[in-house]
Amino acid sequence: MNHENENTKPCNESKPCACSAAPAPEKSTRREFMLKIGFGLNAIAGAAVGIPLLGYALSSFFKGHEIAWVSLGPVDKFPEGKTRLGHFKNPVHRSWDGSTAEIPCWVRRISGDQFQVFAINCAHLGCPVRWFEQSKLFMCPCHGGAYYENGDHAAGPPPRGLFTYEFKVQDGQLLILAGALPTLAQPNA
Amino acid sequence: MKPPLKKLSDLGMDLFNWFDDRLHVKKIWDSTAGHHVPQSAGSWFYVFGSATLLCFMMQLVTGIMLALVYVPSADEAYATLEYLTYHQQLGWFLRAVHYWGSNFMVGIMLLHMTQVYLFGAYKYPREITWISGLILLVLTLGLAFTGQVMRFDEDAYWGLGIGAAIMGRVPFIGQQLVDFMLGGQIIASETLSRFFALHVFVLPGSVIAIVSLHLRMVLSKGINEYPVPGMVVRRQTYDKEYAAIIKKEGVPFFPKAIDKDIIAAAIVIGGIVTCACVFGPKGPSGPPDPLQINASPAPDFWFLWIYSIAALMPEQIETVALLGGPAVIGLILVALPFFNGTGEKSWRRRPVAVLIVLLTWIALGMLTYLGATSPWSPVMNAWSAQSTLDAQILHRSPLQLQGAVVLQYKQCRNCHSIDGLGGERGPDLSDVSMRLTRPQLTRQVVQGGGNMPAYGQNLSPSEVEALVDYMATLVPAGVPPARDFTLQKKGKN
Repeated sequence: MNHENENTKPCNESKPCACSAAPAPEKSTRREFMLKIGFGLNAIAGAAVGIPLLGYALSSFFKGHEIAWVSLGPVDKFPEGKTRLGHFKNPVHRSWDGSTAEIPCWVRRISGDQFQVFAINCAHLGCPVRWFEQSKLFMCPCHGGAYYENGDHAAGPPPRGLFTYEFKVQDGQLLILAGALPTLAQPNA
Repeated sequence: MKPPLKKLSDLGMDLFNWFDDRLHVKKIWDSTAGHHVPQSAGSWFYVFGSATLLCFMMQLVTGIMLALVYVPSADEAYATLEYLTYHQQLGWFLRAVHYWGSNFMVGIMLLHMTQVYLFGAYKYPREITWISGLILLVLTLGLAFTGQVMRFDEDAYWGLGIGAAIMGRVPFIGQQLVDFMLGGQIIASETLSRFFALHVFVLPGSVIAIVSLHLRMVLSKGINEYPVPGMVVRRQTYDKEYAAIIKKEGVPFFPKAIDKDIIAAAIVIGGIVTCACVFGPKGPSGPPDPLQINASPAPDFWFLWIYSIAALMPEQIETVALLGGPAVIGLILVALPFFNGTGEKSWRRRPVAVLIVLLTWIALGMLTYLGATSPWSPVMNAWSAQSTLDAQILHRSPLQLQGAVVLQYKQCRNCHSIDGLGGERGPDLSDVSMRLTRPQLTRQVVQGGGNMPAYGQNLSPSEVEALVDYMATLVPAGVPPARDFTLQKKGKN
């Protein structure tokens, strides 16, 4: 910057003037070369910082879901023919998650080892659905979606029935395959 | 010898000049606060922009204060919110000012936008001013939404669930977007941390940057002159005309045109403080515990209209509208100064513009009202909490009374009110037998339809019989019950 300013200054007598003469070609080439080197080095430096930074911020785009079998407790907790609120600690959680690591779900024990485990989240916009034993309906408080006992869509804006978890019974425990918030993009959490 | 006071002021001037010589304060001041504006711009209609900026400043200051105590951890945020509200000296006041400041900021910003649109201020040569304003609109709504998440209670928790559900509707990369938004697979600590980073670093920093651009444009292209009907904007002549206006009636913004902005500033601060003191801070409501499923999440005031749209939209177009709607509206707004950049500025000569503004405000107002009352939401405890009026059970037969019990016990009233008591999702049942005959009632109960679940599986035939027998008595005095005319004709023949 400074050099350029000096060069563009009007001539004064005391100093030999450089501005009126054409700039020496070697000098200019060297400066251009330095500039190119400078840009090049900074492009590398930018990539060295920027690529890991993007990788850090956008890691969710490259990482698949971790899901695992988690226990909802002994099978006997769930009476036959009834629907009960179950809950589990999400298989992926942090120690500072607090209560948000505990995920609720609706467990319907049809009979014996026959179950249906529904996500708490309404298929419309994810609000928590509530079970009404008397009318055998799940109702959503947000926009009035309703589902039948077996999770099928009954009324309101949801585009499908309730999201379900895969389940299995092992050593008297009810296990479900869980780990991620179910949405329309990935209904089987 | 000079008097001491004079000596002191001389010293002050010397000191100022010393600094000014190095910092050029005077030059910067004159070219910004002292820039010339048309005298007509010193109007009450021109105070909304500065008032929005003032709100933002207040949000910055109160936000920094709140950050001194708040902990953005899913485990502890709620406890720090309660501490702020109930234990920290004047914590409730700061929370209230921050909450009401945000409401005022969004509201005044919308007024500013309306005024700019009606006064044609987006037209040539202020396209960039308009577009930077649109970016500020998005940033401010972003701040309001992320701020709602900072109040990490059950509404925030389920509100994030709604955000994730909308993201999950994006085709192809829906799941990745959900994970990106949540910072993980579930709504938890990393979700709060990233919304915190957005709310206190990314969005306010972006607002400062874009406000600088916005104000820079105000300085370089001048504030819009008060539009006069008949004064038409032409790209070829406008700059000269504006220069002539400034030359003829230009006054320095400070101190000649700032008076109303200053009074408006005091009114806005007074309004925020009054609301803060009278209504207090919002929430926090219940703790962000997913196991507390009795939550009925609803967004803050300025997002209620979106909540309404989500409830009222036909299911078939929902995904397209939720994702495409904002994009289309954004595109139209960005393109506005290019396809409508010249011509009349005055709203008196732009009836379509006036109509658009009226319709937009009426629609937003009605949707907000609906969102606040949310008649589509079942009243979850109506069946157990709502009483039955005498008139609804007096002089009924035992079977009909059985039916009244079925109606209560099977949660019918969560969606259907009787004499206005209960849910409003379905029609009021107090006059149902005026509209439906017995067979129609039976069919409706058993098969459902028209947004009502089918109860055929959940009611025994005797329960249906009792229920229908009871509902057949629900008819206003002096009005005949519904009759099936097809049957009547058959009878005559």
